[in-house]
This record gives sequence, C-alpha cells and structure tokens, in this order.
Amino acid sequence: MHRFANPNRFLSIAKPLTPILLWPGLLLVLGACWWGLTQVPAERLQGDTVKIMFVHVPAAWLGMAGWTGIAVASIIQLVWRHPLAGVSARAIAVPGALFAGLCLVTGSIWGKPTWGTWWVWDGRLTSMLILFFLYLGYIALTNASSEKGNVSRVAAVFGIVGAVNIPIINRSVVWWESQHQKASITLGGSSISEAYLWPLFASALGFSLLFGAIVLMRMRAALAETRIEARMRRMAED
Amino acid sequence: MTHADFVFAAFAITALATLWILIGSWLAMRRSEALANDLRDKK
Repeated sequence: MHRFANPNRFLSIAKPLTPILLWPGLLLVLGACWWGLTQVPAERLQGDTVKIMFVHVPAAWLGMAGWTGIAVASIIQLVWRHPLAGVSARAIAVPGALFAGLCLVTGSIWGKPTWGTWWVWDGRLTSMLILFFLYLGYIALTNASSEKGNVSRVAAVFGIVGAVNIPIINRSVVWWESQHQKASITLGGSSISEAYLWPLFASALGFSLLFGAIVLMRMRAALAETRIEARMRRMAED
Repeated sequence: MTHADFVFAAFAITALATLWILIGSWLAMRRSEALANDLRDKK
C-alpha cells in the first residue's frame, strides 16, 4: 500500500487512469440513460416513473459508497498514516455529497407521483438525509483544516464515526415501517425484471466509473496545489 | 404534471449536477497542474 505513498508514483498511475475511467463512464451513462428512457417498457403499477430508477439507484449507491470510501481512507490515515489517504477522503467528499443530494432529490421526484407526497419522515429517507448532512459537516471540517490537501485527525475520526449511518440506511426498510420498497437486489439475487436490471446495471457501472474519474481529478488537483504551495513557500524564502 | 415530466425532471437534474461536478473537477485539475508545472519550470 505504501508503494503509492509517493505522489509521483501515484500520479504516474492516476494520469492514464483518469481518461480510462472518464470516457467509458460517460459512454455507459449516456447509453444506459438512452436505453432506460426509450427502450424500457412502463411498469404495470408505477408507469413511466419507474425510469427514475436509472438515475436514483446509482446516486444512492454512490452516496453510500462515497462515505464508505471516506471511512476506509480515514482508517488508513489514522492507523498507517498513509499520506494520500486524507487526500483521497477529501476528494470523495464533494462528489459523494452531490450524489447523496441527487438521491434525495430524484427520490422525492419519484415519490410525488408514486406515493402522492414529495417527502415522508421514514427510516430510509431520514437516514439518507442524515448522510447528506454528514457530508456537509465533513466538508466544513476539512475546509477548516490548516493541512492543505489533507484532512485533520478530527475529520478522519468524524469520517469513521459517520460510517455507522451506512448500515442503518441499508437496513432501515427492514427495521422500520417505510413507504420505501424493500431491497430489490441482494446478494441472493434480484426481484427486478431483466428488462430493467441490465440498463440499471449499466447506469450504475457508468456513474461509478465517472465517480472514480472525478475523485482522481480532485486528487490530482489537490496534489498540484500542494506542490504550488511548497514552491511558493520556497520562492518566498529565497 | 404527467409521469414523463417527473422522469424528465429527474434525468435533467442528474445530468446538470453530474456535468457541473465533472467539468468543475476537470477545470480545477487542469488549472492546478498547469500552474504547478509553470512554477517547476521557473526554477
């Protein structure tokens, strides 16, 4: 793991990897959205609104995966003091918050025609809203940190503690009565028709590749800013 | 509002937000890396 502690070694991988994630991700997202919007039939009960699934589910997945990534990076930062762990956690925060927010907004848009309301204070929606607020708190904490590009120990601990919410979101529809449907895709299989499953899989994969490209871009920007700051400091001392 | 309006709104908001973060991150990366390279070349 410490092989990549050297920023130059990390950049030698991140630079070619960014377009490898970006372009297939963009193509997959565009293709999956076209597929989902034009080729998939309306569902018997929900009608066309079921197509919102192709953006809502990937947003939910990335919102939760993003915080899981922050928690893992925070553990690596605190335990092994890996210099890039904090940089990666910080790079995940804004896109993670964006996708958590998109999950809430697209879910609300789906809820109005399906449930007859934009919002209900049930376990799934409330725990997802808490995740969004956790992201905002994490972003505020990391921005307040004096460590350029990296995150403070307080923010890292916050990242680990906040991960408690991830299994709560996942199990909320089982533990509490909820308007939200139970999990349709589990390790044991899927209850979704194949007509919806494949475009959903393509969309989730495409958005995941885009998320990876965005995180790499933000890490590269953070590392470049660290180099700029170090160079400016040296120039001021000369 | 028809069901199609809700579907369009959800896809449009997702597309705009994704493009915003994608372009913003790309521009920030390009700007920072260009400035870092300029400063390195000024040695």
